[in-house]
Order: sequence, then C-alpha cells, then structure tokens
Amino acid sequence: MPAPEIEYAVLAPVLILLAAGVIAVLVEAFVSRKYRYVIQTTLSFSAIGLGILSVALNKEVSGRFAEGSVAVDGVTVVLQGTILVFSLLGLLLIAERGFQSFTAQASTLPGSADEQRALASGLQQTEVFPLTLFAIGGALLFPAANDLITLFVALEVLSLPLYLMAGLSQRRRLLSQEAALKYFLLGAFSSAFLLFGSAFLYGYAGTTTFEGIKNQISVAPGNDLFLLVGLATLTVGLLFKVSAAPFHSWTPDVYQGAPTPVTAFMAAVTKVAAFGAFLRIFYATIGGMVWTWRPIIIVVSILTMAIGTIVAIAQRDVKRVLAYSAIAHSGFLLTGIVAFNKSGVEATLLYLATYGFTTLGTFAIVTLVRDAGGEVTDLNRWSGLGKRSPLIAAIFTLFLLALAGIPLTSGFVGKFAIFSAAYESGNISVVIAGVLASAIAAFFYIRIVVLMYFNDPQEDGTSVMIPSPVTATAIGICALATLILGIFPQPVINVIDSLAIFVAG
Amino acid sequence: MNWLTILGLLPLIGSAAVFLVPRERAALAKQLALGISSLVAVAGLVMATSFDRGVSGFQFVEKYSWIPAFGINYGLGVDGMALLLILLALILTPVVILACWNEAEGGRWSVKTFFALLLILETMMIGVFAATDIFLFYLFFEAMLIPVYFLIGGYGSGERAAAAVKFLLYSLFGGLLMLASIIGLYVVSGDQLGAATFDVSELQKLSLNNQTELLLFLGFFIAFAIKAPLWPFHTWLPDAAKAATPGTSVLLLGVLDKVGTYGMIRFCLSLFPDASKQLGPTIIVLSLISIFYGAFLAIWQSNGDIKRLISYTSISHFGFITLGIFAFTAQGQSGSILYMVNHGFSTAALFLIAGWMIARRNSSKVADFGGLQRVTPLLAWTFFVAGLSSLALPGLSSFVSEFLVLVGTFVRYPVAAVIGTLGIILAALYILIPVQRAFHGPVLPGNENLKDLNLREKIAIAPVIALIIAFGFFPQVLLNVINPGTQASVAALNIEGDK
Repeated sequence: MPAPEIEYAVLAPVLILLAAGVIAVLVEAFVSRKYRYVIQTTLSFSAIGLGILSVALNKEVSGRFAEGSVAVDGVTVVLQGTILVFSLLGLLLIAERGFQSFTAQASTLPGSADEQRALASGLQQTEVFPLTLFAIGGALLFPAANDLITLFVALEVLSLPLYLMAGLSQRRRLLSQEAALKYFLLGAFSSAFLLFGSAFLYGYAGTTTFEGIKNQISVAPGNDLFLLVGLATLTVGLLFKVSAAPFHSWTPDVYQGAPTPVTAFMAAVTKVAAFGAFLRIFYATIGGMVWTWRPIIIVVSILTMAIGTIVAIAQRDVKRVLAYSAIAHSGFLLTGIVAFNKSGVEATLLYLATYGFTTLGTFAIVTLVRDAGGEVTDLNRWSGLGKRSPLIAAIFTLFLLALAGIPLTSGFVGKFAIFSAAYESGNISVVIAGVLASAIAAFFYIRIVVLMYFNDPQEDGTSVMIPSPVTATAIGICALATLILGIFPQPVINVIDSLAIFVAG
Repeated sequence: MNWLTILGLLPLIGSAAVFLVPRERAALAKQLALGISSLVAVAGLVMATSFDRGVSGFQFVEKYSWIPAFGINYGLGVDGMALLLILLALILTPVVILACWNEAEGGRWSVKTFFALLLILETMMIGVFAATDIFLFYLFFEAMLIPVYFLIGGYGSGERAAAAVKFLLYSLFGGLLMLASIIGLYVVSGDQLGAATFDVSELQKLSLNNQTELLLFLGFFIAFAIKAPLWPFHTWLPDAAKAATPGTSVLLLGVLDKVGTYGMIRFCLSLFPDASKQLGPTIIVLSLISIFYGAFLAIWQSNGDIKRLISYTSISHFGFITLGIFAFTAQGQSGSILYMVNHGFSTAALFLIAGWMIARRNSSKVADFGGLQRVTPLLAWTFFVAGLSSLALPGLSSFVSEFLVLVGTFVRYPVAAVIGTLGIILAALYILIPVQRAFHGPVLPGNENLKDLNLREKIAIAPVIALIIAFGFFPQVLLNVINPGTQASVAALNIEGDK
C-alpha cells in the first residue's frame, strides 16, 4: 500500500492553526507565567495571520486532497477566510486584559479559598489561547471535510475546546460551569446523532466519502431505509450545531453563561463553520435528495425563525436576547439552504460574513457595560446608555439595526440576498415567514434602542468602560464592516460570487 | 446638473453643520437651520422653473449603478406629481422651523438636535419622492422613520415614547411587507427581463400572472395604506399626531403620509394595473369608510383634544384621496394629487395654529378655549381660513381638489361619489363646531390675557395662508403640472369603455 499523499500547501490553513495550538500547549507547560501572555498572543495572532495568507494562496485551488478526505474549493476558501477573520476579531476580545472576563484559575472551586487566593494573587490564566487555536483549526476543517470521518473529527476538534472555554467565566462562575456542562452534554448528544447517521450512510453507500454517497444516490435514488435514517440523524446532528429549533435549547444558557468574549467567538465562528458544512453536505452531497429534505428544512427554518424571534421578546438579559437572535438568524440562514441554487450558496456565504461582524460587535459591546461586580447584562440596567455613553450606544444601535436587517446596514444586504435566493427557488412560504419574523425581531431590537435613548439612566453603578485598544479595534472593525457591507457590498459580493463554486464531480 | 442630488444633499450637510453648533448656542442652530431650509426651498423653486410641463415622463433624471450584483441603481427623477410633493416638503420645512422656534425646549435632547433631525428628514422627503429605483425608494421609505421616531419620541408630549414606538412598528411592518413584494418583483424581473432590476420604468414591462400580481400588489398596498393612513390601518396616526410636537405633526401628516398615496399611484397602479383594477372597488369601499369614520371621530372629538381632532379630519381627507386614485379617471387622479398638495398646506396651517393655541393656554382641549376671536383675532381668523379650506369652501384650495375627485369618481362609480359628497357635510360640522366653541361665545376664564400672533408666527403662517387662497383661485397652475402624468397613468391602465 503506497504512502498516503498529503498536499501540505493546500491544507496549510488548518495545519498552521493546529500546529500553533500544539506549540501553545507547550508554552503553557514550559514558559514562566510572566511571559506567557505576550508569547501566547503573539503566537495566536501570527498563526491567524499566516492562516489568512495561506487561505488567500488557495483561491485558485479546486479539488479533493488528503486522499479525498478534504475538499478545498472556492466555497472552502471563502468560508475559511471568513472564519479566520472572525477568529482574529474574537481573539482580540479574548486577549483583552483590561477587565477580567476569565476566571483566574479554572481548576479552583467557585467560592473556595483557593479561588480567593488565585484572585488575590492576580493570576490570569492563558489556557484559553491554545484552546481557541484548536477550536479555530477544527472550524477550518469542518466546512472542508469531504468524508464523514473527517467531518466528525473536525466537529470534535472544534467543539471540545469550546466546552471548556464556556466554563471559564470569572463572574457567576457556577452559571458558567453549568453552561459548560449543558453544552458538553447536549453537544455530545448531537455528536452521537451525527455519528449514528454516518454509520447508516456508510451502510448505504459502502463508503464514507461524500462523492461516494453522492454517486450512490444518483445510481440508486429513492427511499433506501439506510439512506433516509442516515440523513435524518446526520441532519439532526448538524441542526444541533447551528442551534435550529427544536434543537436550540442549549443556546441561550450557553451564550449567557460563557465568558462574553467566548460567546462572541462561538457565535460568529461556529455558525460559519457549521453552515459551511451544511452547504457542502446539502448542496454538494445529497443534492439529489432535495425533494426529500427540502420540506423538512423549510419547516425547521420557519420554526426556528418563529421561536427565535418570539421568545426573544420575553427576555430581560441582553445576552439571552442575542442568543435568541442567533437562533432566529439560523432560521434565516436555513432559507439559504432551502433555496438550493447558485444564488443560495452565494447568499448564505454573504449572510454569514455580514452576520459574523455584527454579532461579534454586539458581544464586544456587552463586555464594556459593567459595574463593580463585572458585566451588567440585565437589560433594565442598560437604560439611559445613550446619555451615559453616546458613542457606544450609537455603535450598539448600529449593530442592532443590522441584526434587524434595516437598510444601509450589512444585515439588510444579507437578508435581501438570502430571501431573494429562496424566492427564486419558488419557496415563497419561507420568504414570507422570514419577512414576518424580521418584523417581530425588529420589535425587540428597537426596544433595546428605546431603552438606551428614551429612558433615564439609573444610578446603580453601571458604567461603560473605556475600551482598551484591542477591544476598540475589534469594535471599530465590526462597525466599519457593518456599514461598508451595508452601503458598498459590491466588492465583497464580487469575491464571493467568483469563488462560490463547489469542486465538480 | 444633478439638481435632485444637490437638493437632497443640502439639508443633510446643513444638519451636520447644525449638529456641530455648540449646545449652548441654540439660537444659532435655529437660525442656521432656517437659513439652510429656506435656501433649499429657493433652490427647489428655481429648479421647478426649468421643469417641462408638457410631458409626462421623469425629468431631471440621474442614474448611476450602485450595487450591480442586485441590479440596484441610484436613480432619481421627478414627474409633475413628485415635483409638487417635493416642493410641498421644501416649503413646509422652513415654515415649520420658524413656527416651532421654541418647541424643542422640553425635549429629551438638545434643541439643536431637533433642528438637525428636521433637516435630515427633509433630505429623506426629497429622496423618497425623487427615487425612480424601487430599492432606493424603499430605503428612503424606511430611513425616513428614524428621524420621525426621534422627533416624536424625544420632543413630543404625553405618551411620546409609546406613540413613537407604535408609529415605528406599524410603518416597519408595512415596510417589510413591501420588501417581500420588492423581492418578488426583483426575482420575476430577473426571469423575464434577463437581468434583475429595480428600475420603475423597466418593471412596468413585466407581465405577471394573476395570483402573483395580487400578492405583490397587496404587499405594496398595505404598506402604503398604513402610511396614508387608510381605514383600518390608521390607528397609529391619532396617537402619533397627538404626542408629536405640532411641527412634527405638520410634516408627518402634511408630507410623510403623502408617501402612501404617492406610492399607490407611482407603484400600485403602474406596476400592478390588473390587480389594481380587480381590487379597486374594495379600496373604494375602504376609502368611503375612511371618509366617514374619520369625520365621525372628528365630530365626536370636537370638544376634546384638538390635535387628535385634526388628525381624524386627515383620515377623512385621505379617504377622498384614495377614492380619487382608485376611480381610475384622469380627473379623479389629478384631483387626488392636487388634494395631496392642498391638504398639506391646510393641515399645516391648522396644526401650527393649534400648536400656538396649546402653547398659550397650556391645554389641548377645545373646551378650554372660548371667545378667542375677541382676544386673539388674527389667530382666530387664520385658523378659520385654514378650517374653511379644510372643509372645501369654494375659493379656497381644497375645494377644487375635492370637486375633481368627486367628479372623477362619479364618472366611474356614481354611487360612491354621491356617498362621498355627504362627507363634505360632515366636514362642515367637524370644522365649524370647534371653531364656534374655541373662538366664539364668551371669553372663558383663563383666556383673557392670551396674546395674539407675534411677528415670527405671522411670518411663518403668511405664506401658507397665501398659498391656500392662491391655489383656490388658480388651481390651473398646479393642474398643468399634474395633468400630463395622470393622463398617461390612466391611459396605461387601459380600461375598457373609456373614450
């Protein structure tokens, strides 16, 4: 048996990030605490920088590599580029040291004397950097995976660090740990579903590669039990990851409990990765079964939009509102899957790009609103923010308007693209549901704006931190991207349209 | 020369300048705002002199590609109807700024912000009437909400925040329905024309199947009916008009609501002629309900809140406007467009004077006034003239428009026209009862020392009253501009049996 052929250059983005993760673990083990932060941040940012560079070099590539287990094509390049940019922004927030988002020492029990000691000695752990690097590596591989096993491995590499990161919050540690556990258990559950589905698909096609499954579907289409069961459970596993209803229930708890920088990273990066995988599987692999899966995805999409927007109205915590908004946006993104045409791919990629910037920006601002005990996420205490800190309130308003899909913001461009793709495919029901859901969603976004501008600030110690350069950079980039993508999206659309082609065959 | 772009940019730049004025120098901010808006008004009138009245299409056309991937253009242009509505906005803005000199003091934010917002709103009003690209129109349609929202919510009185939110949500909801239809048109145009587009003149070439056309029509129509407001989509208006400052109400009812009726003519009739014809009779019925519903509520309110009263009369008037539009006759449509302009001026006058009355007496209830004719004769007379125009007295501007609407409707729907005529009788009641209660009879306690109009107020109201009288005697000036467009519009509907 000949040695497997590995195209290192093409796989470089994933390899660089994973290698950096390994080095980062070694740094944690061998470098003295004093230097760790500097080394870890330098390492992480340079790894992402190199990653972006190597993705850019891949833009002409289209093929299957590493013995057919990884597909690198235009879609992969766009997705990986997006993931890396969002990772960079997320990492800026994670690297913020001006206020303690992360627990001093994750291994201490909440409320214990050890914890007090760790806090008092001013420890600031840096494990979060290697964890983030691994998660990014997994996220890069997930949408490129071209067989079921790679898909599963990538998913786990992405998810496992996130489970840990969700539990690292400094404030309300018990809540954070509960969130981590919940995330882990439900994540494990969904992985099991994914694996179960993979096993059935293997039973059906006799191979784990996507093109093998695709060929088998074209040869023997129809209602093979193994195929249907396999697809159904695989879909459930993926729907868990994108927090689509009825598999969304973990999202609000995890978004709320996790340290806000991690929430920001998770919300942007995993969404891109998971929808990337969704695209590759539904468009490029089981496209032949579109008449079977489309009705199901339509129902899930409408349900997700409805639950996300309606339940969000009742929320009083800004992170939970944003979590339900993330659920609603998954519903909107699923309309891009429903579309199943070339505009559908382009629109989904565009939507992911617009949504990521906005959601990162909103969470970045959440990290700034604090009192003596840490972040203030109770919406009532955000009232009068417009008076207290006009600039931050204005930027937050911009992000909220973008999430609501108001014209001249990136959110509108994304929504417009994705709804017209769905309309083009003749599935007008999802478009109408989407528009109605947008109307409901506008209500709770605008309510926050009202709260910030029309209510008087309460004297309860809530204040807006002056962002340090790292956070300010992240917020600035997100705000700028939200505006530019809203007003002059053409260059980005051109790039996406020219690249959004799956590898043939 | 890019007239329309320049016209639209001037107030926007002006608002930035006003915003940069230091907070303490509120007077400077006001003067600046007044200066800029007057300049824009003059520029608009100069532009209008080079408008060719003989032709029906768009003039002063500008077109640049904006987002080619979606076929979106930055397209501007005006026909007679759009030109008049823009001029209405341009004239009313400085009037409002002057009339509401001291209105912003009780606001949540600084005084200069109020005037900066008014100027931003002026830009939006120009944009919404000048856009020839549906996408651009939608953009202004939605963006317009933001300054109005802040104007009502930040500077109004009473339940201002709630009223602002109600206004915003109603409009946003309508806007999103319209967006669904716009997406539909966009996709269909991609199928039929080869390249998807938002250009109004291109979109007229589409041939839609019946069901699609009905659905797309409804998306647009409901959005416009909310804006107009037509019964049963009107419930946001009285709250918003009551809570807003009088100046904001003037622009809201005088200009912004016209976007609804303007949109019906520009988009509903021209893009969906068959659906319009099919649903026309239903809309005629809704219009008649609006006429009477608004009139009865106004009469019922004739002892109560004066701002609510005026907003109910507007619902009644908008009923006449939609009646004329969906009668599908050139006379009816010309009457409706003329009505939009005239209603803008007469409602502006009513609201401004009502605002001054409220500010003097610290009460908005008609019942609290009495005998003002003796105390403040000039104020009473101006209100009376504006009121007479509102009830369509011959010789004042609204008469011609109401007459044309009813004649135009009679040709096609005689019964509806006859019923509509009864609305005029009610109009006399809802204007004359409050006039009698507030201005005549004995001077009620608390009103003895009210001051008559001061010089600033006189200057502000004079052009409006002058125009009301002038257009009453010389409506032809406006009709000459309007008619070519309406004839083309009705001809395009292609109704059988028309000569």
